[in-house]
Amino acid sequence: MKHLKAINRKATRMEEVTKDVVALQGPPQQPEPPHIPNGCSLVFAPGWEADRNGGTAGLCQPVERDLFDCHMGCFWPAQVPDQLNHAPDWTAKCAAAQKDWRKIDLIFPDEKK
Amino acid sequence: MLGLREFHSFEAAGIRYLYLVPSAAVFALDDCSEAVLQELRGGPQPMADVASTLSSRFDAAEVSDTIAELQRVRALGEMATRPEGLSPPAPAPKIVPLRPVPLQTLVINVTNQCNLACTYCYEYGEDKIVDTTNGQQPKFMSEATARESVEFALRESRENKHAHITFFGGETLMNFPVLKSTIAYARRRAAEVGKEIDFSLTTNATLLQPDVIEFLTNERVGVTISIDGPEEMQDKFRVFNNGQGSYAMAAPKIKALLQRHRTRPVGARVTLTRQTLDVRRIYQHLTEELGFWEVGFAPVTTAPGRDYAISDGGFDHLLEQFRALAADYLAASLQNRHHGFSNVRETLQEIHHGHAKAYPCGAGIGLMGVSTDGRVALCHRFAGSDEHGLGTVTDGVSWERQQAFLDTHHVSNKTDCQTCWARPICAGGCYHEANTRYGSTQAPNLHYCEWIRGWTHTCLEIYGELAARNPGFLAQFDDEPTEKAS
Repeated sequence: MKHLKAINRKATRMEEVTKDVVALQGPPQQPEPPHIPNGCSLVFAPGWEADRNGGTAGLCQPVERDLFDCHMGCFWPAQVPDQLNHAPDWTAKCAAAQKDWRKIDLIFPDEKK
Repeated sequence: MLGLREFHSFEAAGIRYLYLVPSAAVFALDDCSEAVLQELRGGPQPMADVASTLSSRFDAAEVSDTIAELQRVRALGEMATRPEGLSPPAPAPKIVPLRPVPLQTLVINVTNQCNLACTYCYEYGEDKIVDTTNGQQPKFMSEATARESVEFALRESRENKHAHITFFGGETLMNFPVLKSTIAYARRRAAEVGKEIDFSLTTNATLLQPDVIEFLTNERVGVTISIDGPEEMQDKFRVFNNGQGSYAMAAPKIKALLQRHRTRPVGARVTLTRQTLDVRRIYQHLTEELGFWEVGFAPVTTAPGRDYAISDGGFDHLLEQFRALAADYLAASLQNRHHGFSNVRETLQEIHHGHAKAYPCGAGIGLMGVSTDGRVALCHRFAGSDEHGLGTVTDGVSWERQQAFLDTHHVSNKTDCQTCWARPICAGGCYHEANTRYGSTQAPNLHYCEWIRGWTHTCLEIYGELAARNPGFLAQFDDEPTEKAS
């Protein structure tokens, strides 16, 4: 920090460790694990019954989220553009699938090539 | 809308500082951060307005960097505007320990008898909690109970490598035989279980015979002496049963102890009353004339209206006296000289660490007290009280009772404390004092709020002064503070 100078030990810890004073008082937080729905085709179960916590709050719903859950989380060969070679940015405009899915457009061959 | 969150600002050595609440962090401000805070003192404003007001002095990027830093340390925050005005900040979370905390200090009341009859005594005086004169408890702790207490202290210290035992009374030295044998036993048992153990005691000094002094020196027992000052002050309240003052008997013995006992610093512990408030005179007598290394002061614990109770005006006077002595402490510390005003040293240590306390002291967590019959209570001041009991040294303490205590005594339960900037350091004050004054350990000690804020402010200024002018001095506070019995 440039404008504030830590003086006591708590201030030094705040500067070094965290951006959240309230969190300092609690146990260390685990980072959120990646979202992988349970009961998906990895185990050849047809369902979308339970999320990764065994509940229903994080199901693969609405359907727009399939796009990411299937081809990223579950390695399911969903029919999406080749993100590694030809179209690395095809979801760049889609920050939140449920809201922005309309912004994903079709992929056309580059006419110049 | 950007607005100020909770903090207390102070100035020392020409530098502006912030003491943040509830984190207890101390930051120094530069010109830009000071200007931003100043700008927002009138009330919340949109960030763009702050930048444009300050544009003649600081460029916009600098202001926005500063605002980000102030937000990061929670000195500023977004204030949601609602029709009824600004939303109050979210209350701090109430975090209670989920499992037993290792015991650091066990205070063992080896006797509840005393050869003095100090009028203001919390154990014998008008405000006593437990009837030790006509009660059921033995007057002296037996050797067997003392040994059980040692086992309890070692067991409850859990994963800690270190255990500490403080002997207390009554007059501790009236049960010198048990004290002596307990120390030998504790050393042996600590070695067997692979822990370090050390000892301290509090005494009125009247029974410090040469053999006792020899023992305390050889066993490296830390000694705190209860004494109120020069003869005329000591003899006001610290008297024998016949009303005769105790100074004449105590003073030569204290001198003998201070001459011989060099293995641990010997401190004086002064009880201040309405009649004995001359702090500088007391300090000067105890350090220069008697030779104490350190002197700590505490206002007498009392119900309001007692003859010796310090009144509101008295607290103002006391604060002035403390400030004058604290100025001496600062002057000495800037030159790396020792000064024995321990109230400043202890507060500086707390400021240095920036512990934001949920509880005013370690009672019922890291510190417990044992009565002569082996019952364990919150601290030595409650020893023997069923209402404040947690268990016994033989059967252990009940975690359910401890949890219930922690739940009901958390600072977030003390409504009056929620708007006070000094709560990270005070947390409502002594449970015993609250119980005496207001009839409940859960009450905050509202009679000395102004005094606590005034004193904390003074100590913050000293801390800021030292941080700017002699930062090396503060390194001595790096060790964690330990609980003391008083």
